[in-house]
Amino acid sequence: MVETSDIRVVRCGGSKVNLTPPIISSDSRFVLCTSGDLVKVYSTRTEEWLHSLQGHTNQVTGITLNPANHLQVYSCSVDGTVKLWDFIDGILIKVQLVEVHETVEIFLSSGLCVSACPECFQLVSVHLPKSAEQEVEAKEMSAVSSHISKNPSCTAFGRGGEYIAFARHLQLNVYFFRKQKTYSFSLKATDKKGAKNAFTCIACHPTDDCIATGHEDGKIRLWRNFIHKKEYTYSTQHWHHNAVNTLCFTPEGTHLLSGGIESVLVQWQYGAGNRKEFLPRLGGSILHISASSDGQLFCTSHSDNKITVIESSFKVCGVIQGLVKDAVLTDLMIDPRSKALVLNGKPGHLQFYSLLRDKHLYNLDIVQQEYIYEAGLDQFEVVKAAFDIKGSWLATVEERGKKSSDLEFFLKLWAFDERTQSFVLNTTITAAHTDRIISMCFSSSEETTMLVTAAEDSQFKAWCQGADADTQQDQNFWSCDFVGSYHKLNPTNCSFSADSSLLAVSFQEVITIWSPDTWEMLTTLCQPPGVIRDLCFGRLSCSKYLLGTTTKNLLCCWNLLTCELEWSTSVDVSKLQPDPFSENVAAFSYQSKHTDLFVFKPSEPRPLFTNKNVCSEKVHRAVFVPREEPLNSCDESTQWLNRSQLYFLTQNMDLLTFSTATEEDRMLSSSKQLVIDDSVAVTPFYLLLGKHRQQQQKLNTQSHPVSDKPQQTQGSVTIKELLHTPAHVLPAASVLCSMFVNSFLISNTGVQQDPLSWLT
Amino acid sequence: MASFKPTKVQFLPKLGEKVTEDTLYWKNYKSPVQIKEFGAVTKIDFSPLAPHNYAVTASTRIHVYGLHSQEPIRSFTRFRDTAYGGSFRGDGKLLVAGSEEGLIRLFDISGRVALRQFTGHSKAVHVTSFLSDGFRVVSGSDDLTFRVWDVPSAVELSSITEHTDYIRALAPSKLNPDLFVTGSYDHTVKVFDMRSGSSVMTMQHGHPVECVLLYPSEALLVSTGGRYVKIWDLLKGGQELVSLKNHHKTVTCACLSSVGNKLLTGSLDRHVKVYNSSYKVVHNFDCDASILSMAVAPDDEVVAVGMTNGVLSVRHRKHKKDKETLTSRRRRGPSYRVFVKGKNFVPRQDDFLVSKPVKQYLRKYDKQLKSFEVSKALDTALQTWTRTSKPEVTVAVIIELNRRGTLKNALAGRNEESLTKILNFLLKHIFDPRFSRPLLTVGDIVLDLYRQVLHQSPVVERQLQRLMEVLGREAELQQELLQVLGILDTLFASLTPRKEVAALAALPVDQGPQLQAA
Repeated sequence: MVETSDIRVVRCGGSKVNLTPPIISSDSRFVLCTSGDLVKVYSTRTEEWLHSLQGHTNQVTGITLNPANHLQVYSCSVDGTVKLWDFIDGILIKVQLVEVHETVEIFLSSGLCVSACPECFQLVSVHLPKSAEQEVEAKEMSAVSSHISKNPSCTAFGRGGEYIAFARHLQLNVYFFRKQKTYSFSLKATDKKGAKNAFTCIACHPTDDCIATGHEDGKIRLWRNFIHKKEYTYSTQHWHHNAVNTLCFTPEGTHLLSGGIESVLVQWQYGAGNRKEFLPRLGGSILHISASSDGQLFCTSHSDNKITVIESSFKVCGVIQGLVKDAVLTDLMIDPRSKALVLNGKPGHLQFYSLLRDKHLYNLDIVQQEYIYEAGLDQFEVVKAAFDIKGSWLATVEERGKKSSDLEFFLKLWAFDERTQSFVLNTTITAAHTDRIISMCFSSSEETTMLVTAAEDSQFKAWCQGADADTQQDQNFWSCDFVGSYHKLNPTNCSFSADSSLLAVSFQEVITIWSPDTWEMLTTLCQPPGVIRDLCFGRLSCSKYLLGTTTKNLLCCWNLLTCELEWSTSVDVSKLQPDPFSENVAAFSYQSKHTDLFVFKPSEPRPLFTNKNVCSEKVHRAVFVPREEPLNSCDESTQWLNRSQLYFLTQNMDLLTFSTATEEDRMLSSSKQLVIDDSVAVTPFYLLLGKHRQQQQKLNTQSHPVSDKPQQTQGSVTIKELLHTPAHVLPAASVLCSMFVNSFLISNTGVQQDPLSWLT
Repeated sequence: MASFKPTKVQFLPKLGEKVTEDTLYWKNYKSPVQIKEFGAVTKIDFSPLAPHNYAVTASTRIHVYGLHSQEPIRSFTRFRDTAYGGSFRGDGKLLVAGSEEGLIRLFDISGRVALRQFTGHSKAVHVTSFLSDGFRVVSGSDDLTFRVWDVPSAVELSSITEHTDYIRALAPSKLNPDLFVTGSYDHTVKVFDMRSGSSVMTMQHGHPVECVLLYPSEALLVSTGGRYVKIWDLLKGGQELVSLKNHHKTVTCACLSSVGNKLLTGSLDRHVKVYNSSYKVVHNFDCDASILSMAVAPDDEVVAVGMTNGVLSVRHRKHKKDKETLTSRRRRGPSYRVFVKGKNFVPRQDDFLVSKPVKQYLRKYDKQLKSFEVSKALDTALQTWTRTSKPEVTVAVIIELNRRGTLKNALAGRNEESLTKILNFLLKHIFDPRFSRPLLTVGDIVLDLYRQVLHQSPVVERQLQRLMEVLGREAELQQELLQVLGILDTLFASLTPRKEVAALAALPVDQGPQLQAA
């Protein structure tokens, strides 16, 4: 076994930003949202990721502004801590340990924190002690109620923290902190019209005694007079046709915002009955809405991992898009041009995501149809995509009607347009096959591009780009070049060799090798019987090998020169992924509830690297991402990571990768450098001064090092003063000038010393 | 906020005719001008000189028309019986014509009375022509002879009898004044040389020859007769190059276009076909009656076709200039300036441009789909104009409704009138392979929805009967097609084993180079 200690599995970017409601800072400049173990700070103007608040060791589950200081934010996490941050500078101020439970959600109001804990799902109020220490243990706790829904939007503070309203199923509870008393109101499960009355969300009016509740059938109820047990009233409004996901009052309480699966933001005028405004087609169903404290900005977070910033005039002014990986149907791919990770994202789109910068680049609309946000509607989804080797062609397959009998699908070919720097639709093939396309690959030669599709109609087809001989226009559309089949068996996989001189198509248990030039079947390989699951050719020096995995837990390697089985081993491989830049092949195997990784060369039966227990779920999607600059590690176990990095997606849709120790060291050092650079902004002024300072340093090192110290500090003090004093308190520039010039003068002591030394 | 994406109308290419440059060229003619003659138009000949007038032989007259006139500028009427084969001399000043009584007349183009009359043929003379020196006339007659006449002295120079049936086709060589080609009903085409006084080449056409034609290079010869058009290579001693069979009745005439030497043939089946240089049909003109004669003006300005019903149909070429004058006439008036107002303002270099958002214009059905008015959207898509001229739009809306899961809602609650509209649409398009799949779903849903009330309306019931018939016929057709496919598969399958053996034999050879490469 090879030593594995210096390679570890890390969760890389692209975590959810839509888990909790985002919050807008009171000056409307920042949006804060939770993202995995971090709290990310974005700018509302530029949509740029500014920095993140790092410190929690597990999923952050809630954030809220400190009511006492609007520049501070509380965050809570599954690791059982509540932390207080200065979010502008990203400094951790205070840590509170909530001892007993894992905190799931916090709702903050006037120094009082209420947390729910998962095992019994209780609502607990925790008094945060006021102390100057950095780490405090919060011990003062009191349970409020255990009658609470697991959905955090079913709990809300009302009227500056006087009461808390929470609901579960058909019961609404209001708990008054001062009286320590709970009022509860319940609804009938259904009425005559078949309404579903279960609560889905709650919002409390900021100034008025009014609670708005959303229901499963799309109704919104406004509760009043709930201080009395019997004489409470409610009014009902209905627009949503499905469950209301979230409700939010504007800070002044003039409007109520609601959102649901329809992806329409609805603004109800408070107290004006049915008057409302709509903002449709925001993309993805709305999960949370939040409003800034001045009411100028709204934020909606959507199911497609997106945060939309909306002005109060109902205009979208910013979109913060995360990596969408809820239902990945395509393989993970790398765009050869931008080196971005490509997978299906928004419904009907392909997303391009830069892994290096952890940033969403753009969405490519594949389906080009209006998406209807409605539960249970079967719509077109991108299920397959493939790039050719240069990145100038993209093939996609979209599919609809998996559940019903009539399957519809389109094969589309997209050409890269140099001018617009994006893909443009070239050919749509409506009935490429009579049944679902299972596998698709481009030929790997640079001169001619050819696409091969294999489908369940027991055929594979080769598609070529070429002008029709009869039409003399130079349209380069794609058309079918060859149709191949083998004994009416269903193909399972297809793959081109590295020089695309051979095409391997597996038909159930048989692998057929074809020559793409003449379309002649050269040979068939079928040694240990078993349905072929994955198929790939070796690269570079191992290009004479063909690897295949079967459902009978075999990994086989054939030598194509002798057409014989070179070796085979018994592993249950769930994913076989060749590295396009080296001979290495990565195989993920799933055995006894954990996944192991083997990296090997087809020519050697001994693996280069093994990592047991990578994760506990099956891995079906993996990709090698080329590095920007190759590492030069000589260690045998990490050598395979020199040129490229292996990313993989687990069944829980976690995107993981392997990182080496050297890489982490480098990252650490680079982050330190960044900190130093940050202390002074890089302005032309700075560059000028910096140069001067460097010269000074050089001079100083030549002369007495001791005598320089005060001089340097003096200079830096003046500069610091100049740069860090707010502009409105600075004296007139004429005054500053002399001070500034003075700071450059060589101090008396140094001058005096110099002649002395010269004399001696 | 993403904008509404309009319904995508799928463009499915129609099978069949492909649009090529040739098609575009030959389509670029105006609709034909019809001129009524007194009898069947047997011969049309264009003057080789500049105004390119053309002589039309019909009944007992020869009319000379200008290129753009519909009235004859000159007519020769001094025939006692039917005139045949009026053709110009190379300088366009003289015209020769034969006639039913066997007399050959020579006219000055500006005169009225015949300058010369050649007598000698005992039967009708159907073809006459000048030889390329311009001093001699050759004529072919039903008395099985053809004779050569001297124009100045009106004397018969020679008479040759080699054909054994009526002579109905003649083509003099333009390069050699002593050569000409004749075609006869005895199924032969002969090339004559006056110097030897006999035929030098004989080709068997296999059908009564109606027309012969020499290419300008005179290396190729075209003969038509029966349903066949045959091209002969004279340089290879009269070898048959191609035999074309594109008409389904006798091919009566052939001519060459002057641009690119495209061959045109006209036939009794009322079609004129245009061939490209590899003798594929690239275009087709339809006429009202059987075609007897045809001619193309120099530069392909005019295609004139003469028919058995005495109608001369003349097609003029469209020019860009014509189109421009048309559009400019339409554009006149002050409205243009109103529309352009402020639009042609060019910003200066340092101006800051505030771009206006482009407004998205939606079709009516898209607007209704946007506001989820599904029934109305279907109604809009089923409007008469859309339904008849753009069925793909209607089908696109149906597909979109189906995708949204609201097709049933859109089809429900309709009265007899709108239901018949839908059923008519189904009847017309349900067997179109482009539309059949969504339309079958529509049919299913209609039956599901209205099963209870169908019998109340006899109109709807009748339509459903017809729909059933249509579908039954289609199913039968499909079954037959599958049977044919099965037969073909058997034939192919019987061929495959041999091929596999060959492939296996070739295998070691294929591996050789790979070994070397490795």
